[in-house]
Amino acid sequence: MFGYVPLGMAFGILFQDLGYPWYFATLMGLFVFAGAAQFMAIGLLTAQAGLLEVAVSTLALNSRHIFFGLSVLGRYRARGLKKAYLIFGLTDETYSLITSTEPRGQQNEQDYYLIITALNQTYWLVGCTLGAVTGSLADLNTAGMDFALTALFLVLLIEQWKKIRELFPFAIAMFSGMFGIVLFREQMLLIAIATAIVVLILQWRMSGTRA
Amino acid sequence: MNGTTYLIAVIGVMTAATFFTRVLPFALLRNMADHPLLLFLGRYTPPAIMTILVLYSLRGIDLTAAPFGAPELTASLITVTLHLWLRNTLLSIFSGTAFYMFVVQTGVFI
Repeated sequence: MFGYVPLGMAFGILFQDLGYPWYFATLMGLFVFAGAAQFMAIGLLTAQAGLLEVAVSTLALNSRHIFFGLSVLGRYRARGLKKAYLIFGLTDETYSLITSTEPRGQQNEQDYYLIITALNQTYWLVGCTLGAVTGSLADLNTAGMDFALTALFLVLLIEQWKKIRELFPFAIAMFSGMFGIVLFREQMLLIAIATAIVVLILQWRMSGTRA
Repeated sequence: MNGTTYLIAVIGVMTAATFFTRVLPFALLRNMADHPLLLFLGRYTPPAIMTILVLYSLRGIDLTAAPFGAPELTASLITVTLHLWLRNTLLSIFSGTAFYMFVVQTGVFI
């Protein structure tokens, strides 16, 4: 959970390198609240990408959240604004925390989910803001800092492995990913994810009742 | 569009697109939560997507020219090893990134 502070700082520092005022980093953390997508936005903003490309890239990158949502449909039983905020804040980090930890003692589990989500966003906002302010005050050499995103994905991947401990989803994704990179390189994300999901569905059909 | 208007438009589009992906299952699939296929996808899609995201973030590596992705692969190895060993997310990410920044900025591998 604390990981959000340094990661947010890395985002903030890279973001202010673009020349925008620091508070836009805070605003992105407040409204977008998606770590990987915000890192990707730095590349898109640098390239002055069109809004359609921004939309498609964000949808592709965040399409994994559809499946996060699917697997917590049963858990999120809060109503109204509480539920809206839980859904809004269903990031990778929130998802991995609520699916791998349990509320302690008598604590209401819906409140527990809310607290995790709100704390995550608070840490993220602090990180984004600190990074952007620090970066605008000091002249930092940020070359290579974007590796933080790769490292984050690697850590999340290992956490998935510790939870699932079955090889096939990882193997399917390796092949889909390599296929996407070889054929499409920059636009590999959408095609690789689509391929992997189709193969997973085929796998499900062939294996019959397993679920 | 000037710089600030463009940035605000990008933030708006990203906010909408991100929320869309998060709200979709709750809006459309609420009554199908127990469908075996959705349970299957709910379990196995996250690991598959994480694998793809790792490849995606490493897609820029050129394996045909020096340094053949050595900085990225070494930094990844450091991150993975530390995480398997100590399982401290912050330490794993920080160490891998610090190593990568050092290598890129000093050019020791290039």
